Amino acid sequence: MSGSSSVAAMKKVVQQLQLEAGLNCVKVSQTAADLKQFCLQNAQHDPLLTGASSSTNPFRPQKV
Amino acid sequence: MCDQTFLANVFGSCDKCFKQRALRPVFKKSQQLSYCSTCAEIMATEALHENETLASLKSEAESLKGKLEEERAKLHDVELHQVAERVEALGQFVMKTRRTLKGHGNKVLCMDWCKDKRRIVSSSQDGKVIVWDSFTTNKEHAVTMPCTWVMACAYAPSGCAIACGGLDNKCSVYPLTFDKNENMAAKKKSVAMHTNYLSACSFTNSDMQILTASGDGTCALWDVESGQLLQSFHGHGADVLCLDLAPSETGNTFVSGGCDKKAMVWDMRSGQCVQAFETHESDINSVRYYPSGDAFASGSDDATCRLYDLRADREVAIYSKESIIFGASSVDFSLSGRLLFAGYNDYTINVWDVLKGSRVSILFGHENRVSTLRVSPDGTAFCSGSWDHTLRPQEELVAWRGSECPINAGILPQIRQLRISL
Repeated sequence: MSGSSSVAAMKKVVQQLQLEAGLNCVKVSQTAADLKQFCLQNAQHDPLLTGASSSTNPFRPQKV
Repeated sequence: MCDQTFLANVFGSCDKCFKQRALRPVFKKSQQLSYCSTCAEIMATEALHENETLASLKSEAESLKGKLEEERAKLHDVELHQVAERVEALGQFVMKTRRTLKGHGNKVLCMDWCKDKRRIVSSSQDGKVIVWDSFTTNKEHAVTMPCTWVMACAYAPSGCAIACGGLDNKCSVYPLTFDKNENMAAKKKSVAMHTNYLSACSFTNSDMQILTASGDGTCALWDVESGQLLQSFHGHGADVLCLDLAPSETGNTFVSGGCDKKAMVWDMRSGQCVQAFETHESDINSVRYYPSGDAFASGSDDATCRLYDLRADREVAIYSKESIIFGASSVDFSLSGRLLFAGYNDYTINVWDVLKGSRVSILFGHENRVSTLRVSPDGTAFCSGSWDHTLRPQEELVAWRGSECPINAGILPQIRQLRISL
């Protein structure tokens, strides 16, 4: 009874899959290496990783 | 007495061809019509054709899915943690709660940092939206929304406005004013209109546009000034619970997560879904882009957090432990992307080593489920909000390198939380 709408819905699913199939994908070994590289390069600038020093820490306990 | 049933022959104008014929009842979309026998037969064959088309489309979809899986499998030549094997392990982490922001009378549902790295906006179940100075813990602005469960709030990039919404199905923008005589609520501007609750909102690169996610299953992009809908994003099969915009360098995309267990990446200009990931086993409560924009993390009710690589188009890491059985409500990365902070419904925050897949720290301190968590824009601190009515900004005190500290990051550390409540 609602045949036309499920056909339309299926057409959209097929179109979406065709779009995804057309993506140029990269191997995980390459992308993972890039993720690792990004982490290591930015590690020194990451205060939560290296620990912000007390003097520059805006959240240090206030002197009451 | 005999009972006789017979077909009443109606003679009249066919609802399809309008010719004067003997008619029979026909049901189309649960509406009863009267067709002549010719038109009734045509309708029956049309239905047959539709079924054939549907079947062929279904098989095409199946074969495409199969091809995609094959291609993706070929690219999956290694695991992330294998690539990170030689990376130095992180030591024990000790984090200190630096401030406790008390003032919400009810569950804190959402929070966002201002770009000035010190102001925070938070929203709660009782309808209150508060802007805090996290250094002094002063409340700078407070507004009461006309609805309860304000599930989404966001700070404008300029720092001059905030956006919030929830059960009112809308996203409203409030300009922030320091004039004591001005009533903040009077300047409220309703921007977004959905047909179900607002679950998430975010300004784009400017104060002019807002992206929203809703329980009605859609996301939408709005112009703040006119309230006009600029683009809508359809594709989720259930409530959309979260969204995150790609870092500006990587272009106009955003990721959304929903109750349909799917995370979808969208092109903001075309409204098209460009990638979809369906590996979680339950609702996705939170999504956050990796700082480089090439990946994103998700937190779900299935008690896992996962990392999806956009260029490889697949999940590349799962952050989970058998001992963690409660859903993850909120996730965020540290500045370098090495750490993933995740707030859970068992009141804890787990800190994960993104590359190695191991947990480096577990933080206690909230007395109810952690509902929201964001790292500050400069990465010096992160703030968590909870159903225990408080917000706790924390930052890192000491990182002990693996060689100094004999405690294995895998063993549950007994860290006593120092809560400096002001």
